[in-house]
Amino acid sequence: MGAYAYVAPQSVSEVVTVLSEHAQAGNPVQILAGGTDLLVQMRSVNKTPRTIVDIKKLSETNKLDIGDQEIYIGAAIPSALLYENQELKALLPGLLEASDLIGSTQVQGRATIGGNLCNASPAGDTIPAMIAVGAVCDIANADGGRQIPVEEFVTGVGRNALDAGEFLLGLKIPRPASNSSDAYLRFIPRTEMDIAVAGAGVSLTLEADGVCSAARVGIGAVAPTALLVPAAAEALVGSKLDADALAAAAAACSAASSPITDKRGTADYRRKVVGVLCRRAAEIAKQRIIGG
Amino acid sequence: MARIHVETTINGQAQEFLCDADQSLLDVLRDELGLTGTKEGCATGDCGACSVMVNGRLVCSCLMLGAEAAGASVETIEGIAGEQLHPLQQKFLEHAALQCGVCTPGFIVAAKALLEKNPDPDETTIRYWLAGNLCRCTGYDKIIRAVQDAAKELAHPA
Repeated sequence: MGAYAYVAPQSVSEVVTVLSEHAQAGNPVQILAGGTDLLVQMRSVNKTPRTIVDIKKLSETNKLDIGDQEIYIGAAIPSALLYENQELKALLPGLLEASDLIGSTQVQGRATIGGNLCNASPAGDTIPAMIAVGAVCDIANADGGRQIPVEEFVTGVGRNALDAGEFLLGLKIPRPASNSSDAYLRFIPRTEMDIAVAGAGVSLTLEADGVCSAARVGIGAVAPTALLVPAAAEALVGSKLDADALAAAAAACSAASSPITDKRGTADYRRKVVGVLCRRAAEIAKQRIIGG
Repeated sequence: MARIHVETTINGQAQEFLCDADQSLLDVLRDELGLTGTKEGCATGDCGACSVMVNGRLVCSCLMLGAEAAGASVETIEGIAGEQLHPLQQKFLEHAALQCGVCTPGFIVAAKALLEKNPDPDETTIRYWLAGNLCRCTGYDKIIRAVQDAAKELAHPA
């Protein structure tokens, strides 16, 4: 049994090299961003000594860029930094409310949405919110990198699509137009500091006549992974978000979910609540667009 | 495995230490540097007793590796008082905002971070900001009142 090691490479290629060499040698290695999940896991569920590769020293992972077409959130950006960015808060209110729901002020100072995604908990709050806004994972590897949508990134409970020698550099999000907005809601039995019983993120685009021309719906904590629900989006598109359309979207979310029963809620309850959250999140996103 | 040599700044003083790769900043502060004012409550980031400032941001030192402190500026409870107690420390005493005291350094560090960001927070803001600091003795009301009183004191020193 070896001991833990810690490295903090200064370049993307150096990180990829370290990851690849460990993979080839069969030595355990793990990527560190904010560490708010990893340090807890090191003391509980996975004590295997391994090389910790800190990705916070890279300029790429520290990039926070709001472009005309695209928003880039580097994998090392802590939630607190996102929430303090007023422009980002106006553009992606739903994603930021999801990241702001995770943990305390202290945790917010370290935790990243990239880490929340890679940790791949079924209840990770930012994952359905990222799915709703169409976020794409920017992955570094030895072959020039690749990009995959967030809804394809999580492959199971605690598992993600990163191969050996790959890591998440950041997230690319299409910049929402002025007639688009998003919202995220989760249900917990208290007001703060809890893990989602169910969650739903919705992004909408509304035309001047009030008709919804585009929508994306992501749901969380109701299946092994967060899910994109195309049927819920289809129920909203073409409507003026009337009661029937919202009810149909809610029903689509309930139908798409396959929840478990645990101490936080029963499967039946979660299936019902995720629909309610979708409906309410859609109403909030609509108000955000109408209210400017 | 050789221990890691880390150069950092703690409470304004240049500091170097050796640590293991898996040693938390909390364990480094307490066990390597003798700064035992920072407390361990849960060691899972839930209780806030180990709150410190790193590069001006409030964090749980149990959720950070000591090695990650390289090149950083760390502020702990030991750096808060000057010649006299900081108004927050004084008000915690006056309001009896502590009993066993294990959570107190974390509350003081976290409350100071809040008042530097927002000198006049309302009660709801204080309660949400301090939601990551758990106290099993006081029931929180005395802590909230101490923070409110310290905010007044800082705005209008007696």
